[in-house]
Amino acid sequence: MSVESVEEFRQRARAFLKENMPRATRDPGSFARGILSDEEELADVQRNRDLQRLLFDGGLAGICFPKAYGGQGLTTAHAAAFNEEIVGYQYPDRIQVPTFAPCASVLLEFGSEEQKLAHIPAILKGEEIWMQFLSEPSGGSDVAGAQTTAVRDGDEWVLNGSKIWTTGAWWSDWGLCLARTNWDVPKHRGLSVFMLKIHQPGIEVHRIEMLNGSKEFCQEFISDVRIPDGDRIGQVDDGWTVGIRWMFYEKSFALSSLTIRPSGDNAGGGGSNALLDLARAGGRLDDPLARDQIGEAHALTLATRALAGRITKAMATGKISDQAAGLTRVMGGMLQTRLATIEFELAGSAGVAWAPDDQQSAGYGMGFLVRQASCIGGGTTEMSRNVVSERVLGMPRERTLDRDVPFRDVPKGPTAK
Amino acid sequence: MELELTSDQEFFAETTTKFLEDKAPAVELRALRDDPVGFGRDYWRQGAELGWTSLVVSEDDGGGSISGNGVADLALVGFQFGRHAAPGPLVPNNVVAGALSRSGTAEQKGAYLPGILAGELLATWCLAEPRPHDRLGDVGVEAVPSGDGFVLSGTKLPVESADQSQLLLVAARTPQGLTQLLVPGDAPGVTTALMNGVDLTRRFSSVAFDGVEVPASAVLGEPGGAGADVERQLQLALVIELAEMVGAMDIALEITIEWSFNRYSFGRPLASYQELKHRFADMKMWLEASHALADVAARSVQDGADDADEMVSAAKAYIGAQGPELMHDCIQMHGGIGVTFDHDLHLYLRRVVLGSHLHGTVADHRERLTAILQKRENS
Repeated sequence: MSVESVEEFRQRARAFLKENMPRATRDPGSFARGILSDEEELADVQRNRDLQRLLFDGGLAGICFPKAYGGQGLTTAHAAAFNEEIVGYQYPDRIQVPTFAPCASVLLEFGSEEQKLAHIPAILKGEEIWMQFLSEPSGGSDVAGAQTTAVRDGDEWVLNGSKIWTTGAWWSDWGLCLARTNWDVPKHRGLSVFMLKIHQPGIEVHRIEMLNGSKEFCQEFISDVRIPDGDRIGQVDDGWTVGIRWMFYEKSFALSSLTIRPSGDNAGGGGSNALLDLARAGGRLDDPLARDQIGEAHALTLATRALAGRITKAMATGKISDQAAGLTRVMGGMLQTRLATIEFELAGSAGVAWAPDDQQSAGYGMGFLVRQASCIGGGTTEMSRNVVSERVLGMPRERTLDRDVPFRDVPKGPTAK
Repeated sequence: MELELTSDQEFFAETTTKFLEDKAPAVELRALRDDPVGFGRDYWRQGAELGWTSLVVSEDDGGGSISGNGVADLALVGFQFGRHAAPGPLVPNNVVAGALSRSGTAEQKGAYLPGILAGELLATWCLAEPRPHDRLGDVGVEAVPSGDGFVLSGTKLPVESADQSQLLLVAARTPQGLTQLLVPGDAPGVTTALMNGVDLTRRFSSVAFDGVEVPASAVLGEPGGAGADVERQLQLALVIELAEMVGAMDIALEITIEWSFNRYSFGRPLASYQELKHRFADMKMWLEASHALADVAARSVQDGADDADEMVSAAKAYIGAQGPELMHDCIQMHGGIGVTFDHDLHLYLRRVVLGSHLHGTVADHRERLTAILQKRENS
């Protein structure tokens, strides 16, 4: 059977999307979507599941996933063509990260045949939404310092501990969980990776309220949760081998061919056009300062996109280390914080005091307050700067006190056990 | 610079690199500091032999690219010019040569192109003007119809190597609209005055046109029809300039990273301090984003893409702002030695700073981007 050419695929995708996919609405901007009520949020999650199912039924889900697991078995060029065709349509935006990258990406690389058959088709059908059980209350950036513990008991593992910063765990299905299986070896050598059904006895999901009122992030308390050994991914105590790739998929989601990323702004100009709307609404579209900021934002947006293209290509051809994904992570953080600032500036006084029904201004004001989230979530920009300077530029590593010491003996803060 | 080069391009870039290493080492650049011309005519002729002035001229007109993609080839030369802070009027000669090849009559081409291609004849483009017409694209110089031709009056500045150029391509307003005129450098009524500037070797002049008579045969293209040509020339000028800026940033960061490994204080190399490592990470990010945008811009100009104006302005708006920041950070990393004349860093700083304000400032290009977004919104 011949492989579908990129052009044939493109035509097929175009026809299917035109016939079946709802059009995207103009996005008011990065932070101006407002805070959703629980009902609205659940409806949006369902919309994501439905869109994913629609793509699956149309033979367009998982373009670069193998056919054996329900994917299309096509190339990155096909995925790139799809990213061009999806522009202007809705797509399952909410589940690209972390379900497809890093979770499904890790599963595809390290999962057993059985695990892949059990979960990847379900993910591609929109039936399973995955989350990362990675960060812990005792430390954010130092993920390998995980203290959630898994103890073997026959063919089962018993998990105890706490995970934090899982987006939408309350409406998600599965978690990819990094846990300590050996406290008597140095920290990177005593970890294992498990998959974990989120909604089960012993897992309590607590929702964290952010300073802008959002409750999308969660903390989970895990008490004596028993899972079969068959749900372990990778070797016992070798979880950091999985973890390194996990981090890579997380940092480089914007470069991944396993995720859908519309190649332009999704509603024809998107973010930058929203800035025009914002300036227009405030009667400032003729103000040279406002125009300067809009131009700056647009240049920065295009620079971020161009950088992602260059780094993807350089990594694919081995011209630069995979760790260069850290460059795109920092750039993304810089872009989002600058956009949030420009939006806030353009909003004027409405950014600090708005009419009760003015959701958009509320979004700009609150978006500015919570601005740094884009330089924190998914690993801080400081961690990425360490990675870039050490792994890309070859500069000396930071001194640490936890190497070659049993993890049990590593100094820990007063709140940790 | 593009990640993937053809083998011909690699050979071409290497030839220019070796030539510049040989003919334009830092000691030579310093020697040209007070030279009123800023480059040697033999140097320029030899560069022309390497292809510096022929890449965006069609084969029918005696030019030819290396890869079939003349703009990208020219950007490679620009990049190496930046890495060496090389002398020579690369931008204006290519802009005029490309314009002649695209829109010139057989007579116009015959009169000027062979000379430019051989590096014997120098040409320059007169676009920018003093206040109040100093915003990008604002043309106040007028060409008033007279008999079959025009009478040209007004002032252009800064114009690169104007005092050395036998041919001036002048953008002027006529009753028909924006028009470009080919004016001999020694035409009666043309006066050039050398200006001082930031670059060590690139020279700029003001050019005054005082009732200069220009025959109808000297109009490039149609009277009033120069808008598209001027935009195209602007895009090409920016592509070359941006490549130069990226080249200069590239070598400056390379030098500075090397310095950070070799310079010790408190018993440690600078490269071991986290505060500095983080700044190097940012600089690497700015540099790679600048490479990426400059390449995207060059590709869109080569293809004559609908978004070429947008990509070129985005590249200028970003690199024009971030480039000088990167250079100043490199200097900061060096400490006192970084602000001395003896150190090479300022050679590259000058080139980046020069590029940041030629053919539109950062502010000009941000404004242009906003206007482009608005135009697209309405279409």
